[in-house]
Amino acid sequence: MALSGLEIYKLLPQTNCKDCNYPTCLAFAMKLAAKQAALKDCPHVSEEAKIKLEAASAPPIALVTIQGGEGEVQVGNETVLFRHEKTFFHRPGLFWRLRDNDDIDELKRKAAEADAYTVDYVGIDLHLDGFAVEAASSDPAAFSAAVSAISSVSKKPLILLAPTADLAKAGLEATNGARPLLYAADQDNWETMADVAKQAGTPLAVRADTLEALADLTQKLKQAGVEELVLDPEVSGYLDSLERLTTLRRLALKKTFRPLGYPIITFPGTNGEIDETLLAAEHIAKYGGLIVLEEFNPASLYALLVLRQNIYTNPQKPIQVQPGVYEINSPDKDSPLMVTTNFSITYFSVANEIEGSGRPGWLLVTDSEGMSVLTAWAAGKFDAERVAKDAKAFNVEEKVSHHKVIIPGHVAVISGELEEEMPGWEIMVGPREAVDITSYLKAMWPN
Amino acid sequence: MTIEIPKEKWTGSVCEVTFGATADEGGTRSRTLTVGGETAMPFLHFEGVTPNPPALALEIRDRKPDDWSPLLHQAWGEAMEDPGEWAKAAETAGADMIYLALSLTTADGEPNTPENARAVVRKVLQASGLPLAVAGPGQAEVDNQLLVPVAEEAEGERLLLGICEDKNYRTIVAAALAHNHLVQSKTPMDVNLSKQLVILIHDMGLPLERIIMDPTTGALGYGFEYGYSVMERLRLAAFQGDSMTQQPMLVNPGFETWKVKESKVGEGVPENWGDWDRRAQEWEAITATTLIHSGADILVLRHPESLHRVRTVVDALVNPAATA
Repeated sequence: MALSGLEIYKLLPQTNCKDCNYPTCLAFAMKLAAKQAALKDCPHVSEEAKIKLEAASAPPIALVTIQGGEGEVQVGNETVLFRHEKTFFHRPGLFWRLRDNDDIDELKRKAAEADAYTVDYVGIDLHLDGFAVEAASSDPAAFSAAVSAISSVSKKPLILLAPTADLAKAGLEATNGARPLLYAADQDNWETMADVAKQAGTPLAVRADTLEALADLTQKLKQAGVEELVLDPEVSGYLDSLERLTTLRRLALKKTFRPLGYPIITFPGTNGEIDETLLAAEHIAKYGGLIVLEEFNPASLYALLVLRQNIYTNPQKPIQVQPGVYEINSPDKDSPLMVTTNFSITYFSVANEIEGSGRPGWLLVTDSEGMSVLTAWAAGKFDAERVAKDAKAFNVEEKVSHHKVIIPGHVAVISGELEEEMPGWEIMVGPREAVDITSYLKAMWPN
Repeated sequence: MTIEIPKEKWTGSVCEVTFGATADEGGTRSRTLTVGGETAMPFLHFEGVTPNPPALALEIRDRKPDDWSPLLHQAWGEAMEDPGEWAKAAETAGADMIYLALSLTTADGEPNTPENARAVVRKVLQASGLPLAVAGPGQAEVDNQLLVPVAEEAEGERLLLGICEDKNYRTIVAAALAHNHLVQSKTPMDVNLSKQLVILIHDMGLPLERIIMDPTTGALGYGFEYGYSVMERLRLAAFQGDSMTQQPMLVNPGFETWKVKESKVGEGVPENWGDWDRRAQEWEAITATTLIHSGADILVLRHPESLHRVRTVVDALVNPAATA
């Protein structure tokens, strides 16, 4: 657990020499506790204190990096149980499992297709993070060939599902210097797997069916010199997942229990009776780090990627777009003028619909501090005054000649007041939902 | 090495709320529905109890809706033509509760009337023995016009009446008080607003055992995370002992997810959005499943297949033996 300012103070020289540029050792200790200063600024701190302080400042959940030929996935280093307490930092990696007993050309086709998969969500490019290649054949040559084949069409990070050191080595040799995750060390093979991981400098997953056994193994592996570990607590259902992943997160954050302070890998599709997408959704919300999917289905993957994006959005910083007047489909002075807020999801929904309608239009995006229409209205950030003010600030008078403005249907109540704030303008009430914009424009804005 | 599970010790709990009344209790329902009563964050059986599983309601309308996705029309077919048949179909599909939303207009475009609302509610009550929620079309004046006679018509049935909002709750609460019903208190994704409306409703004399909070959810991808976190915060506040946040929570992922483009539109969307039917169902089922993890006690859904899938999740989570 992080040390308090006073606990840190006790470890400092307590001379108030000011060499750290703070007036007293206590002031410096407080800054250290708030992570606003670095220990190296104190030239007089003892070696012993340094070790203690550095150990205490290591993140409660280790950060693990998996690198592909290009790009990487980082998981771990989470600091809270609930996203509203701060934020969840490292989005869980979504991997698709491929097997080496599949036909090589088929493997290449699958990997290439999944590699190319990308969807645009409010201007963010969402995609699969990588592949988990399984040595299902138990034949090092076949495994190596499969890893080579996949690496030849995708540079995404890999997880090598190789239960023995020989298979792991064969897979590693085929990855061309990338840094995959090796999966997995268990009670029987941990020594040889540790050797392979250490030699190759890769992270290593650890598998056991009880938390006690898992903690025993991570300690042994750490002593053997493998630092970057990933835990597989072998969960298979909705309830055991929730209980075990919650327990692991709490042990790491509340007890600073280092032996289990690592990110978690799950395989939501391995229990055939369970709905893979819904269990993966649970793992995204509740503490999964790497999620290996059995099925690659664009409809389900898109939904899971969006869920991941939502859960890992920083709650203190809604994604906003710049307020202003946006031109859609090259509008002119006769084109309709619509108003919305600067919450990114609101903006993209509305802008996409106008664009999709094929009709030119002006979109006035007001400064609503990143809130959606209803929320901003309730908070007084999207009222008549604000709309009128931004209409003036962004010179809508000069853009259109018709003096008509279309407001979202959800804030129909502001139309009276807006008429007073924008004298000479006709206030039109648009649809409540962006999806109805095309039919609205057809009906209300002929030509 | 033995590892102890770190447990939270909470002082507060969620209030239990019961809908519907059987013949013994002065109604005609074949069973009642109780939700709430939790003493720990969702399904953490090692530190608290979940005496009642989250309930799954299916939304039906007083008439075939004009603006629902064709996929929903396919799923319900003929049943949508008649609210009684639709209610029966929803019961057969496994709903715990029927959520009847009244329309603003009748099928021929005339304004809905109190007589029609009474007749539809009577019909639904006769067709299905499940506890019933009735919501107005969402315009204050019309809501009041329709819900007051509905409350009278269903005297003794312990309906859930919706939707109370800060601009319009007095008339609905008064009707619930007069005819022994419950109310849905809905506020836009904010812990304090949620609490405030419960206080206002409670101040009118309605017992807390007859109030359900609807903190509002967004659809997946459309502000979902705001509602999700507001629910987690409300639930944590309830356990810390804040008595005006201890109402069970109802959310309506069916309404929210079936109005977004991912569910509504099958053509002219990016190819990587995948199969339309599957995508639309994932949108509803994933939104609902994730809301269960943030503390939802009642989920209102639209597609029978989503209900079936979410039911499987609920069953596994409430019953430790089922996933052993």
